[in-house]
Amino acid sequence: MEIFGIPMQAFAGQLMLGLVNGSFYAMLSLGLAVIFGLLGIVNFAHGALYMVGAYVAWASLEYLGLNYWAALVLAPLVVGALGALLERTLLKPLYRIDPIYGLLLTFGLALIFEGLFRERFGVSGQQYPVPDLLQGATNLGFMVLPNYRAWVVVASLTVCLSTWFLIEKTRLGATLRAGTENPQLVQAFGINVPVMVTLTYAGGAALAAFAGVLAAPVIQITPLMGSNLIIIVFAVVVIGGMGSILGSILTGVVLGLVEGLTKVFYPEASSIVVFVIMAIVLMLRPAGLFGKEK
Amino acid sequence: MKLKKTAAACTLACAAMLGAAVPAQAQISGDVIRIGLITDMASLYADIDGPAGADAIRMAIADMGGAIAGKKIELVVADHQNKPDIAAAKAREWFDTQGLDMLIGGTSSGTNLAMSKIALEKKKPFISVGAATSALTNEQCSPYTVHYAYDTVALAKGTGNAVVNAGGKSWYFLTADYAFGAQLQNDTSTIVKAAGGTIVGSVKHPLSASDFSSFLLQAQSSKAQILGLANAGGDTINAIKAANEFGITKTMKLAGLLMFINDIHSLGLKATQGMYLTDSWYWNRDADARAWSRRFFEKQKRMPSSIQAADYSAALQYLGAVKAVGSDDADKVLAHMRKTKINDMFAKGGYIREDGRMVHDMYLMQVKAPSESTEPWDYYKVVQTFKGEAAWTTKAESKCALWK
Amino acid sequence: MSAAASHSAERWAYIGWGTGLVLLLLAPFIGIYPVFVMTALCYAIFACAFNLLLGFTGLLSFGHAAFMGSAAYVTGWLVKSAGWSPELGLLAGLVVGAGLGLVVGLIAIRRQGIYFAMVTLAMAQMIYFVCLQAPFTGGEDGLQGVPRGVLFGVLPLASDLALYYVVVAVFVAVFLGIVRIVHSPYGQVLKAIRENEPRAISLGYDVDRYKLLAFVLSTALAGLAGSLKTLVLGFASLSDVHWSMSGEVVLMTLLGGMATFAGPVVGALTIIGLQNFLADRVGSWVTVIIGVIFVVCVLAFRKGVIGELLAWQQRRRARAES
Repeated sequence: MEIFGIPMQAFAGQLMLGLVNGSFYAMLSLGLAVIFGLLGIVNFAHGALYMVGAYVAWASLEYLGLNYWAALVLAPLVVGALGALLERTLLKPLYRIDPIYGLLLTFGLALIFEGLFRERFGVSGQQYPVPDLLQGATNLGFMVLPNYRAWVVVASLTVCLSTWFLIEKTRLGATLRAGTENPQLVQAFGINVPVMVTLTYAGGAALAAFAGVLAAPVIQITPLMGSNLIIIVFAVVVIGGMGSILGSILTGVVLGLVEGLTKVFYPEASSIVVFVIMAIVLMLRPAGLFGKEK
Repeated sequence: MKLKKTAAACTLACAAMLGAAVPAQAQISGDVIRIGLITDMASLYADIDGPAGADAIRMAIADMGGAIAGKKIELVVADHQNKPDIAAAKAREWFDTQGLDMLIGGTSSGTNLAMSKIALEKKKPFISVGAATSALTNEQCSPYTVHYAYDTVALAKGTGNAVVNAGGKSWYFLTADYAFGAQLQNDTSTIVKAAGGTIVGSVKHPLSASDFSSFLLQAQSSKAQILGLANAGGDTINAIKAANEFGITKTMKLAGLLMFINDIHSLGLKATQGMYLTDSWYWNRDADARAWSRRFFEKQKRMPSSIQAADYSAALQYLGAVKAVGSDDADKVLAHMRKTKINDMFAKGGYIREDGRMVHDMYLMQVKAPSESTEPWDYYKVVQTFKGEAAWTTKAESKCALWK
Repeated sequence: MSAAASHSAERWAYIGWGTGLVLLLLAPFIGIYPVFVMTALCYAIFACAFNLLLGFTGLLSFGHAAFMGSAAYVTGWLVKSAGWSPELGLLAGLVVGAGLGLVVGLIAIRRQGIYFAMVTLAMAQMIYFVCLQAPFTGGEDGLQGVPRGVLFGVLPLASDLALYYVVVAVFVAVFLGIVRIVHSPYGQVLKAIRENEPRAISLGYDVDRYKLLAFVLSTALAGLAGSLKTLVLGFASLSDVHWSMSGEVVLMTLLGGMATFAGPVVGALTIIGLQNFLADRVGSWVTVIIGVIFVVCVLAFRKGVIGELLAWQQRRRARAES
């Protein structure tokens, strides 16, 4: 059976892979959108935090013998704490001045992390095994899908939607959003806004680390894994609308699918299709698909 | 006006910054024989050459006594990170300011092509050890470039023919998107078609790709018998791993067109048994090779790849020529090297042709099954030996302007 | 400020400029590797062009390398494969930089601040991938073997020395050109936009037009820097269009001092010198060091080297007069 001259098998297979990629995009852009939407910081270090999360998973297996499932909890905690530390010491002084400096600082942080890990581990990459429970593959008929990749889709979408729900629909989320829109007022109600801000950044970092652990068995863990991905994720966030969390999630998944489709019909363009879409969206809707003009 | 106010600051700054250029000062060395190695030190090709390759050259320097006619022999090493611009800039700087006498090119074809051009411009010897592209002795041949260990033509003639003869008639290529991958795919396609096979299609992947899944799916949907891996190092390892993960190996056979012993070691015999590969040297080939390899193993704790062995041999032969000629003058030394047969633990009866190709035996080998392997690193059995000119580009096929 | 003080400041100024220029002119003869200085000067031109946009107009473009690199490729191809002479190649680089800048600028100018930076980043990434795929660029291998040619048909540039003085001349011309632009009435409007855009709009200026022109001027000069670099080094490569290069030029400007003239030059020379000096000795630590410089500059050193020096000069003079 063929669609536009491409066998159904190839088509569905690439879409499936596109969905997996899209889940990663969604998870990573979620963290970015949370940090930007609530704090106004463009977190260039997001890719680095993702990378650190993957390495924490690897190290916890290598040196502490902790398995994948423990890493899924440990890495976000460790990286979240790291994020909190960075926010308290380095980012707080910059809130009063031009947000450009926040971007530049996080860019510098990304370089530091990448350089340190490169120095320690080289560029070649570490292997991380797929957990036993998720080993093997299922024959879906049109392709053989490794079980782990199916898990990635499920896990990321669950986390994404829970986070969205938390921020948009619960009281805690409402407090968060209020605190960043009008800190003085919320502070007057007795809520410790600076701590809340720190925890939000830590939360975003934790999300990045979670994505890192998810990614570890799929791709090689290298110091460069974050910087390769971060630019695409930025484009996803811009398309979705820089402050919109739901926008990022949806855009991430859709763009993953679009990329997969492009690989079927016109593979050479698969790396730029995201940016082309971004250019078009920006010309038609400068605030992004779901964004609000800030 | 701001213009005037910045001036004093500017002077101080300019002076200070030009001072930062002082380390790049010109130093002409007349009393040192300087060999340079520019290779991938930390990235996806680091294991097959890298720092251990530099050590192999140091072994050659030590074997020559560390000095020739009172002039000390020195090695300078740089990491090109697989970027041709870094390689070329470093080569140029070394030739201009460090009095480099001879440059050895490590892995990555793109970087070696760039360095070859610089060596031609500066009229100094360049021995390409790690690169695969046959273009170095064809379209881009140069009187100053020697292509030492292996090339894509030899790989194609070896592995390509073997696989087609074993029944793999229809091919799909997974190709690294740069000079080496394209050339390897090209040369192998020619051989496959000449042997009666067909090329069903191909897909290019970026260098150092982290995820091969979508490329492999495309390969699988082509329904070809053979998946030709026109890549190397970390890329080959990851592609083979992913192919296993996605069950590609159930419907296609993998042909690793460029594999080194480090890749086999990484993947394990279980995943690679039965695969054919063509190489210029194997540590367990004969007594000489074994003896040198044990020396290497003591320091590095792993067996040398053919590139590391070739690093040693190239340096040794160059230094031998310098000793015989009594000078490090580029033209004299190269002339001597072209006249002399190469007999060392790497090659027996090797010689350098007009197109720059170092002609020697190549070996078609097959990876042993786990049960056949008697000791660690005992991975290959030699299936066929291509003697002398058999593996290389013939004069009729050659596109080198120097060899007509 | 007293007459005597301003006279002495002017005298210092001319001594300063003069010494700097003399050092530059004599560099090859006092044992400094000319190829290194030429490369550094190309980056200095790039940084000055970038500063025109960041320091003097207040726009952070995070994808400026795309313009430099694209011009580098186009010039390389024209000079190597189409046989163009070097001066036409440089002109082509200027045009390519301007053209691409116009296209990107039209899309990006609609947004402000952070959004503008993000848009330029993503557009630059698109250009990167086009350069990666386009056959004439040579992809990962880069465009190699670009000849230097004969300038205006009379001056062969093959010798490092000849090309060196051409590069110095171009650098001085670009530098003086930027000074001229900033001090012109147009430059004053840019300054007003940088300091308070809403007020500029209320004064009736078509702010978007001014910003777009600044953007195009900046990208054109960045293109010139790229083309010049291709002639110096004989190749153009993907590193020239990669976003890490965009980050580097931001650092050069930040470190040297935004909104100063000498700042980007100092920043470029420092970073290039640092990379050159450290690359073989410390490997990956270079990235870490660059990152640390970024962080330190943003937190504590936002005026940059020249900016801090100027501020110190001001304080000293203020104290002397009080």
